[in-house]
Amino acid sequence: MPSFVYADKCDGCKGQDKTACMYVCPNDLMTLDKERMKAYNRDPWACWECLCCVKACPQQAMDMRGYADFVPMGASCTPLRGSDSIMWTLKFRNGTLKRFKFPIRTTEEGTAVPDGGYAQGGDINGVELFTEPDSLGSPVWSKKGV
Amino acid sequence: MPMNFETVEVTTDLLIVGGGMAACGAAVEASYWAKKHGIKVTLVDKAAMTRSGAVGMGLSAINEYIGLTEGDNTVEDYVKYVKYDLMGVARDDLVASIARHVDSSVHLFEKWGLPIWRGEDGKYVHEGRWQLMINGESYKVIVAEAAKNALGAENVYERIFITEPLLDNGRVAGAVGFSVRENKYYVFKAKAVLAAMGGTVGVFKPRSTGEGMGRSWYPPFSTGSSTYFTIKAGAEMTSQEVRFVPIRFKDAYGPVGAWFLLFKSRATNAFGENYMETHNDVLEKYGKYGLAKPTPANLRNYQTMLDLNAGKGPVYMRTEEAIANLAKQYEGDEKAFKKKMKTLEAEAWEDFLDMTISQALLWAATNVQPEEKPSEIGPTEPYFIGSHSGASGAWVSGPEDLSAGTDYFWGYANMTTVPGLFAAGDASGASPHKFSSGSLTEGRIAGKSAVKFILEHNTQPNVDDKLVAGLKEEIYKPFALFEENKGLTTDENVNPNYIFPKMFMFRLQKIMDEYVGGVSASFSFNQTSLDKAMELIGYLKEDSSKLVARDLNELMRVWENKHRIWQAESHVRAVAFREETRWPGYYFRTDFPEMDEENWHCFVNMKWDRETGEWSVFKRPIIDMFGVE
Ligand SMILES: Cc1cc2nc3c(=O)[nH]c(=O)nc-3n(C[C@H](O)[C@H](O)[C@H](O)COP(=O)(O)OP(=O)(O)OC[C@H]3O[C@@H](n4cnc5c(N)ncnc54)[C@H](O)[C@@H]3O)c2cc1C
Ligand code: SF4
Ligand code: SF4
Repeated sequence: MPSFVYADKCDGCKGQDKTACMYVCPNDLMTLDKERMKAYNRDPWACWECLCCVKACPQQAMDMRGYADFVPMGASCTPLRGSDSIMWTLKFRNGTLKRFKFPIRTTEEGTAVPDGGYAQGGDINGVELFTEPDSLGSPVWSKKGV
Repeated sequence: MPMNFETVEVTTDLLIVGGGMAACGAAVEASYWAKKHGIKVTLVDKAAMTRSGAVGMGLSAINEYIGLTEGDNTVEDYVKYVKYDLMGVARDDLVASIARHVDSSVHLFEKWGLPIWRGEDGKYVHEGRWQLMINGESYKVIVAEAAKNALGAENVYERIFITEPLLDNGRVAGAVGFSVRENKYYVFKAKAVLAAMGGTVGVFKPRSTGEGMGRSWYPPFSTGSSTYFTIKAGAEMTSQEVRFVPIRFKDAYGPVGAWFLLFKSRATNAFGENYMETHNDVLEKYGKYGLAKPTPANLRNYQTMLDLNAGKGPVYMRTEEAIANLAKQYEGDEKAFKKKMKTLEAEAWEDFLDMTISQALLWAATNVQPEEKPSEIGPTEPYFIGSHSGASGAWVSGPEDLSAGTDYFWGYANMTTVPGLFAAGDASGASPHKFSSGSLTEGRIAGKSAVKFILEHNTQPNVDDKLVAGLKEEIYKPFALFEENKGLTTDENVNPNYIFPKMFMFRLQKIMDEYVGGVSASFSFNQTSLDKAMELIGYLKEDSSKLVARDLNELMRVWENKHRIWQAESHVRAVAFREETRWPGYYFRTDFPEMDEENWHCFVNMKWDRETGEWSVFKRPIIDMFGVE
């Protein structure tokens, strides 16, 4: 299901120097057509359907369409990602609807502290990593008898 | 395409190449030690760290957690599990080195904000013995955030594709690459470099040949840069013959782990037979590995393939049966069953939505209600991933306290045989089953070790300006070649003087598929077919000088393929050298169909000589270090 962009909903991220979808795609597929100010997936054959672009689009202008070579038409699977949870809407080919909501993180965006609040220390020549042994809860294992 | 490209020079101490799990671990760890010792750390990624690499979509489980503090397992237990899964071929020291630290990284994930499931008793919820369940949609977002917070935004370079290592008299000196967004050529000069550019996809022809080609199990943006970078630097490589062929839900490649482990589902063939029972006898041939529990992944594949090759497919995951069995446990208590079903349903769908969204859509598009009808599973195409159930990658030193005094130690944990060049995650070999948590942990080990190396070799290596200028010309040559030749024909797509990267990739995939045991050859080959493959790869390598590009994105595809072909070649050389079939289910050598423990219980390593351009392939011993036999 390569990602695609609805022409009427995309506003080209208001002409900012990088659009949300372009910024995020791990395979560098999303492209802004500067004349139309609309984004598009430039190579659907290389799309992993990770939906990173769809989740990032501020206009909800994006969705995916099942890979044409093996996915029957008519179904959809659409995410709506918030700051602490994600909501999925699945529409089956036969019309069945399912909704799921899952948490995505327990801390505020931007606040991941590298040491996680564990005591830092150690010696560059020792085996302990910088948060150990605190983050491990026990001494670091070594070879028996050493 | 303009032909003038600005050269940007960045001088640093430690250069981390890649922005995935291993790279993020290295960033977090190295930044601490670097700050303490006045050292500079720089990271460069071809994409945006927040979603780059194999965890970009998210994951539904953490696959390596030992439970040391909980007393659940020991480090030796994990070493044994890994070694047996790889039919005896893994490095005890490397697997132990990661296992002893991995819990510590998982605890960090939780503090950073990753929701890890806990049961009513407050303990982690396991999917299997080593696997923890998570709500992992934002796994990579969270990990990248910690890494960026550690590094500082000014030390992160995104959207730069690294093409080549720089060396100074055998020591690593940095790397060069190009921006995929601006007309800028980047030269990074460093005292140590960590290669963490992930695994390789797209070497073999995929099962899907239309749009679905992008739906590889491992991401299509894992394109062999780690392998290329380390081989070209002159590093010794290991286990290049060990490819991974996962069994997944067919076509969309959704995960099967939760169904087998959590829901206790069976898989049966078209005749209702369970191949794990009907082909139980084949396990005996593989001695202690065949008897190991769980059965090594390749042997499970082998059992499936026996049915498929005998025309007994399709093979189905019996989801409806597994759910009915669960229902039986609740007989008489309708309410409890309904509640349980609701939870299970959410868990099953989340498994897909977290890491293989395509599978959720495929189920919806084919009206699959798992409680009503089974779903087809089968083997994918082969991949190269040293972090998962494959083992290919650079041969790296073990840590001093575990490996000193053996052939596995040369000074710095996770350093390749090239001084100053480190490798982690998919980039390092012979230490499989690291997965996301182990890859990040290995990155931490390598990051700390690289800082130690810098402190003890604190001079900036020399970089030859002429060489750097030559590399720039080579990087952008595909543009020049296109401009020079495009006018020759009326349609730029067909031209006798050049080849586009997409066609180049198709050519590689066809060779590998047909002669090196891809899907269409039922994963089988022999010396004669390998010779044929080498001949055709030789022509293809020559033709790589005719690759052209029309924009920066296509230029990246050119370089991805220049990298990918080295993974292909090293694989062919390794499987040709190993005259046995040790991993049936991953590949079959029809001229040496049996496992030969006496002659081949060893590593197959190789090296490409920077001076002569010659390859050497040779054996390295497997050392039993902790009594895990
Ligand atoms: C579908 C799927 C399911 C999985 N399931 C699980 C699971 O349930 N649990 C688990 O623990 N693990 C799981 N894994 C495995 C896990 O994702 C990997 O083991 C891990 O991500 C490997 O880390 P890495 O750093 O080596 O590579 P990656 O995380 O892939 O990172 C590679 C990085 O290198 C960058 N890069 C590549 N080439 C270049 C270049 N030329 N120049 C600059 N940068 C470059 C990429 O952009 C990326 O940032 C799964 C993986 C997949 C794909
Ligand atoms: S993120 Fe959405 S609105 Fe912005 S350019 Fe992309 S598709 Fe258009
Ligand atoms: S779905 Fe993923 S790979 Fe496809 S365009 Fe979007 S971000 Fe890129």
